Amino acid sequence: MSEEEDDKKPFLSKKFDKFFTGLANAWSFVRRFFSEVFLPPYEFKEIIHQCYRIGVESLPLISLTGFIVGIVFTNQSRPSLTEFGAASWLPSLISIAVVRAMGPLVTALIAAGKVGSSIGAEIGSMKVTEQIDAMEVSATNPFKFLVVSRVLATTLMIPLLVMYTDFVALMGSFLSVNANEKVSMSTFFVQVFESITFLDIFSSVLKSILFGFTIGIVGCYKGYNSNKGTEGVGQAANSAVVISMFLIFIEELLVLQVVNAIRGM
Amino acid sequence: MEDKVVEIKGLKKAFGDLKVLQGVDLDLHKRENLVVLGKSGSGKSVLIKIMVGLLRQDAGMMKVLGQEVSTLNTKALNALRLKIGFSFQNSALYDSMTVRENMEFPLVRNVKNLTRGEITHKIEELLDSVGLPQSINQMPSELSGGQKKRIGVARTLILNPEIMLYDEPTAGLDPITCSEINNLINEVRERYNTSSIVITHDLTCAKDTGDRMAVLLDGQFKSIGSFDEVFTNADDQRVKSFYDYNFIQS
Repeated sequence: MSEEEDDKKPFLSKKFDKFFTGLANAWSFVRRFFSEVFLPPYEFKEIIHQCYRIGVESLPLISLTGFIVGIVFTNQSRPSLTEFGAASWLPSLISIAVVRAMGPLVTALIAAGKVGSSIGAEIGSMKVTEQIDAMEVSATNPFKFLVVSRVLATTLMIPLLVMYTDFVALMGSFLSVNANEKVSMSTFFVQVFESITFLDIFSSVLKSILFGFTIGIVGCYKGYNSNKGTEGVGQAANSAVVISMFLIFIEELLVLQVVNAIRGM
Repeated sequence: MEDKVVEIKGLKKAFGDLKVLQGVDLDLHKRENLVVLGKSGSGKSVLIKIMVGLLRQDAGMMKVLGQEVSTLNTKALNALRLKIGFSFQNSALYDSMTVRENMEFPLVRNVKNLTRGEITHKIEELLDSVGLPQSINQMPSELSGGQKKRIGVARTLILNPEIMLYDEPTAGLDPITCSEINNLINEVRERYNTSSIVITHDLTCAKDTGDRMAVLLDGQFKSIGSFDEVFTNADDQRVKSFYDYNFIQS
């Protein structure tokens, strides 16, 4: 084998090389975000526009899903608790489950599907139709306008959406508890707030910020690096959702370990 | 020479094993319309993308308005880009914005202290000059291919560039619209005193707009001169066939 052919041979295998190159590219993309986020010019108008799109336009879907999750989880938990004569614990159980895990997870997964795919497809389509190049040649930083604004918007809006989902899910749960156990709203919410601690809320907000950042940065990265025309746009949207969801579960697991360690101290 | 606005010497660019530009030499003079002709994939667009710093050459010199593009830092490159208007092949209008917002986009980010009235006046004036004053509130999806090209040109003109780069300005357009675009390219030169490079493989566009032609073959310019000089006495069979195909077909 000639020396030239040997040089062209991938170090491990094509897939491994592609994986590690992709990882390195993603890391430099994240680093670029942090190096540009604090520097002027600030695209406030675009950030607000994206916050509106990500936050307000997601409200109907989040409301419906959160409400259904609250009702379903309450109805599924009731038989088991009733069996042990602990039906009165329903508000406590639901509040802990919703605030600690279900609210952030459900919101993040829905946002990954709705927002992540839309960011990936939008930026991907701008890339293949040379709109990003057009911004660059008009002396505008497309990274700042497209990426920084969207990542900031998801990082800010997902925690707010999570709080909203928690509220809507608890309202759904209250309706079910009220209809079956005849518990008043004040009694229900007193039990809810007695059960959750500051650490629960802190971990929920921390997770939501992480989830929001992940959804934004993955969607932007996939869109910004898409190629192969319209096929590439589809792939960008698809992989933005798949990778975001995968990372969300990993982050959930990691934060859970940290919070449990703190709880045990 | 003092009137050179673009100076290219020994420019090379490859993508992996594919050598696209292999020692390109070219000059663009002030107020000149230079047409670059060549087959698809011959590196015509690569050449003008290097000119605005979207791509970086592997070797050789690319001087635009006296500055070597590859050595410029981001700030200096952006300052140079303001003097170059780039009209993209597919217009590259921002499809989530109206025509007004498309034209405002480079203006408000690069020219400070403009009042709302001044911005609107500038936009209306340019839309008028490309013959589309009524399109100001339309979305790009509501425009035809020719209208998009015109708006794309108007958007680049809003920053008063000294050099215009047209990437396939007539690609995919009907003959009447092609002729309108060719006239627009000439009008832009007259009205805004620009020097232009027109990338095309449409010989009618080349003949109508170009002062000089440069034919890019095998990564180098094979012949440079007026339309007649390049095509009437063409030695290279490929240059001849380029002419024959365009004019015999039409």
